[in-house]
Amino acid sequence: MPPPAGGVARGSGRSFGLASRYPLVPITILMIVLVIPSFFADLIAPHDPYAASVPNRLEPPVFAGGTWEFPLGTDRLGRDILSRTIHGAKYALSISLVGIFLGTILGTAVGLAAGYFRGWTDRIVMRVVDVSFALPSILLALALAAAFGSSFEGVIFVVVFVLWSYFARQVRGEVLSLRERDFVARARVAGAGHGRIIFRHILPNVMNTVIVLATLQIGVVIILEASLSFLGIGIPRPTPAWGLLVADGRALVVSAWWVSLIPGLAILLTVLSVNLFGDWLRDRLDPKLRQR
Amino acid sequence: MSKFFLVRFSEAIVALWAITVIVFALTHLSGSPVDALLPDDATPEQAQMLIEEWGLDRPLLVQYFTFLGNVLQGDFGDSLKWRGQTAMGVVLDHLPATLQLGSFAVLIGVVVAVPLGVLAAARKNSAIDTSANVLALLGQSIPNFWLGIILVWLFGVTLGWLPTSGRGGFSHMILPAIAMSWFQIAALTRLTRSAMLDVLDAEYIKLARIKGLGERAVVWKHALRNAAIVPLTYFGVLAGSILTGSVVIETVFAWPGIGWLAIEAIRGRDYPVVQSVVVVFAVIYILANLLVDLLYAYVDPRIRR
Repeated sequence: MPPPAGGVARGSGRSFGLASRYPLVPITILMIVLVIPSFFADLIAPHDPYAASVPNRLEPPVFAGGTWEFPLGTDRLGRDILSRTIHGAKYALSISLVGIFLGTILGTAVGLAAGYFRGWTDRIVMRVVDVSFALPSILLALALAAAFGSSFEGVIFVVVFVLWSYFARQVRGEVLSLRERDFVARARVAGAGHGRIIFRHILPNVMNTVIVLATLQIGVVIILEASLSFLGIGIPRPTPAWGLLVADGRALVVSAWWVSLIPGLAILLTVLSVNLFGDWLRDRLDPKLRQR
Repeated sequence: MSKFFLVRFSEAIVALWAITVIVFALTHLSGSPVDALLPDDATPEQAQMLIEEWGLDRPLLVQYFTFLGNVLQGDFGDSLKWRGQTAMGVVLDHLPATLQLGSFAVLIGVVVAVPLGVLAAARKNSAIDTSANVLALLGQSIPNFWLGIILVWLFGVTLGWLPTSGRGGFSHMILPAIAMSWFQIAALTRLTRSAMLDVLDAEYIKLARIKGLGERAVVWKHALRNAAIVPLTYFGVLAGSILTGSVVIETVFAWPGIGWLAIEAIRGRDYPVVQSVVVVFAVIYILANLLVDLLYAYVDPRIRR
């Protein structure tokens, strides 16, 4: 692993206290590439991401002989790649947050019910989870795109489909052992109903696992969304989503390599930082997940 | 033992059945199946024939069973884009290309990842361990479609060493196979490393060392044989990543396999071909997983219960 500030180094040197407590490098990269562009795209982006300008088509980036007018070059229609990549962050962030939020809630709820009530609920839920595991997401994405065309809802649906069974399985496993613990028995003796036991006594104990798993999935989801968009079965054109931006450059790789390179770097940096951050969070909150 | 087989087998059947339900439901939810399954310039007589053949004027449940019956015979109707061929025929024509690329990618993955994982575990915290860790992290973080384009740019365009797209000789296969195996190398290295670390702590390894066996024999013979079982379970997951990979990578490199075919068919609104690809993919994936589970149970008696 490259030596990012923090991450692994623990408690070494008091002067680096802050740096070793928080993984500063991944957080900084995430702020610069993903979070700030998502919220302030209109303020930061030097050009309109949709504005075509034919005289300026296929301008190279400034470090490859271009001008500061278009610092990272332009695409086939003369649209500014920096601006399009900045606006693309919005879609990566919003799709992954919404998808993970819905998938986590659905999976956690199902896992809680299956682990707590056991019996038939558990058996049926786990069968559905198994079948859902047995279906690769790409098949669903292909079938959905063929039937309805590409859409935001379709991407979110695929993301939720990928995530829910994963969360359901993990949460169920934890709940199965939690429900046998003393504090649950005591709550029951004190007259707590099923709802209260599940939400007040069991849910808080699985929250750490859920948060860590959700963080570790962000990278997976961003790559999934970008892949679907790249294939033309994800976010519809002409939205400047990162996967679509990379796809724009595929046919131009002989003459204009920067069209694909720049948005792809944005994906790479984002996913790399999210993964580093997720690893740090897992070690912090839920070290037992490490053995995998 | 027989119960284990029975449970796994019925699970596989249920998963396949679920795919047929999804495919059937999507055809109907998206509007009239007649529109989805026939070209735009179809005559009313053709529409009438289709309606009769697939029983589209009957109740939905009857329609489903007609559909299921046709699917079981491999009949998905005629391709709309590749005129004069059945949808299944088009898919079967493109299947060998996918299998060829996929198996080459798996081969690269195993040949690179297993030795790397073993070395990383045998020399924990050495330079080789660190680079294996970096590789694993990069493998998870680099999108494979982008890697494919960058490889084309570097080795195809700038250096001019390898062809950039299409299917031809062996040299056409190198770049797509590397792009496809990239993620697998990362995952398999990590898995082999952690499995080896577990095994190297075991008593029988200590015994082998006490007996005076050389380090090489201990690691590569005694430890690897026992650790190899863990990466084996991963091959089921691998089958999934190869399916996804084949759609993405075949599209990047214009490699004429069924992943590329699926995307072309979606662009050409050729619904019968998409349906056939989805079902063929599902069959391959589910069979691969079933096979891995059975193999695993055969190798490791502890999980047959």
